[in-house]
Amino acid sequence: MIIVQQKPLKEIFEMTKNLKKLLIVGCDGCSSVIQVGGERQANILKSLLEINRKVKGEKDPSAKAISILRQCDRQIVTTALDPIIKDYDAIVSLSCGVGVQTIADLFQSTLIIPAIDTKFLGMHDTKADKFHEMCTACGECILFETGGVCPLTRCAKSLLNGPCGGQANGRCEVGGWKNDCAWILIFNRLKERNRLDLFTKFRLPKDYRVSRHPRELSFKAENEEATEA
Amino acid sequence: MTKEAYGELMKQINSGKFVFTGELEPVKTTNFDEVIEGARILKNHVAAINITDNPTAFGYMNALMPSYMIQEKAGVEAVYQMTTRDRNRLALISDVLAAGALGIKNILALTGDHTTVGDTPQAKPVFDLDSATFVYMLRKIIDEGLDLNNNEIENPPKFNIGIAAAPNADPLEPELLKIQRKVELGVDFIQTQCVYSVEQAKNFLKAASYLKTPILIGIAPFKSISMMKWMVKFVPGIRVPEEIQETLHKAKKTGGKQAVYEANIEIFGEMLRGVRSTTNAAGIHAMAIGFEWIIPKIIERAGL
Repeated sequence: MIIVQQKPLKEIFEMTKNLKKLLIVGCDGCSSVIQVGGERQANILKSLLEINRKVKGEKDPSAKAISILRQCDRQIVTTALDPIIKDYDAIVSLSCGVGVQTIADLFQSTLIIPAIDTKFLGMHDTKADKFHEMCTACGECILFETGGVCPLTRCAKSLLNGPCGGQANGRCEVGGWKNDCAWILIFNRLKERNRLDLFTKFRLPKDYRVSRHPRELSFKAENEEATEA
Repeated sequence: MTKEAYGELMKQINSGKFVFTGELEPVKTTNFDEVIEGARILKNHVAAINITDNPTAFGYMNALMPSYMIQEKAGVEAVYQMTTRDRNRLALISDVLAAGALGIKNILALTGDHTTVGDTPQAKPVFDLDSATFVYMLRKIIDEGLDLNNNEIENPPKFNIGIAAAPNADPLEPELLKIQRKVELGVDFIQTQCVYSVEQAKNFLKAASYLKTPILIGIAPFKSISMMKWMVKFVPGIRVPEEIQETLHKAKKTGGKQAVYEANIEIFGEMLRGVRSTTNAAGIHAMAIGFEWIIPKIIERAGL
């Protein structure tokens, strides 16, 4: 899941300053699941914007809050926003950076305001009520070799051949000894599964071309693409 | 198995002599004087001196120039420390080739402390390679005269490759397996982080004996009580026995700074003697940044 966090209100107020007609758009995808950017949050943000204007003695914005299924889907965004977008000065998006850019790309004459900071690809630890980064989308998964623990993401140095000297009792010095050392986790998991051969294996330098920005992907066969072109 | 020696350090290790290496820090300056002076103090007592590469991620003068300068001006061989924290593989090969051109004989291949623990924590960390992939790259350069993409290097450089080890790592097994990976790629010597008892050295040397690689045990006397406190608190894997801490505290109380130095000489001289006489360590890597003069005194106290 894409983990997001609402921006500080001050920042949102600043970006929406003097704008009259605002469409606040929640996303029912990832940001809704973690209760940051769904319909409820869109409505709350609408109220907060209105209160802020009132407190400052400014004119009320004419704001409307809606939520759409997924802001990262061009089809869904077009269907939902195309009929109403002309009524607004700006869109305030409660989606991740993908959603914001999808809207920005589709409606190039409308101002788009991100109300969310996109944090990382992560997991919700409901017990501790914490989100943990798990994947950097490096483009070349090695989780088989590492006992299901991603060192590129969960090791502060992204080491392919760890651990380094910065761990003590399985904790990482980066971030003040709060985080687990990914390589000690990997060691423990592989040991338990009798696969320390995978731990000891030397991993060659990574080919960073697979994660060169901007990446694109097509599931069409090459000849299909050629015909289209 | 004896490794081919490209310089004095490896020659001495191969000869079976108990060797000493020192360490100097180029700090935030444009001045070479301090490093050269430090090298002159250590010269007659060590086979080579490590020059640190932005240690604990503090932005200092690069390590290559001082490595060259201590060889030229002080006549003592350098162990050029290189971390992968600040350079991608392109920048690494540039510096490796320059080191070859400048007559450097040893490279200590390190990953390097994370940027966030240093004096410029906002920096983007690189870590394109890690210490293992860096050793792999160095081996290709040295043995095959090729870069990572098999492009030929004209007049390829020769170095003896060292790596670091954390003897007090807890747990120790993954640390050993990590070292094993690099040993299998081909390293010539290991220098350890500091130990604070003969016992710590012994335990590690025993556990690592299967790697059949010369190991220089790290020692680091305390310049001051506050430095000791800082190390105990912040440096991972540092275990200073209560006894040592008490002795130094007492020394400070009764005789001030000078007494602390003397207590250091006593403690580390004794430790050194113990390591020399009861283990199969290849030597000692002595780190006394800013008070290098104490190293000869400790060696003398050890009767070596």
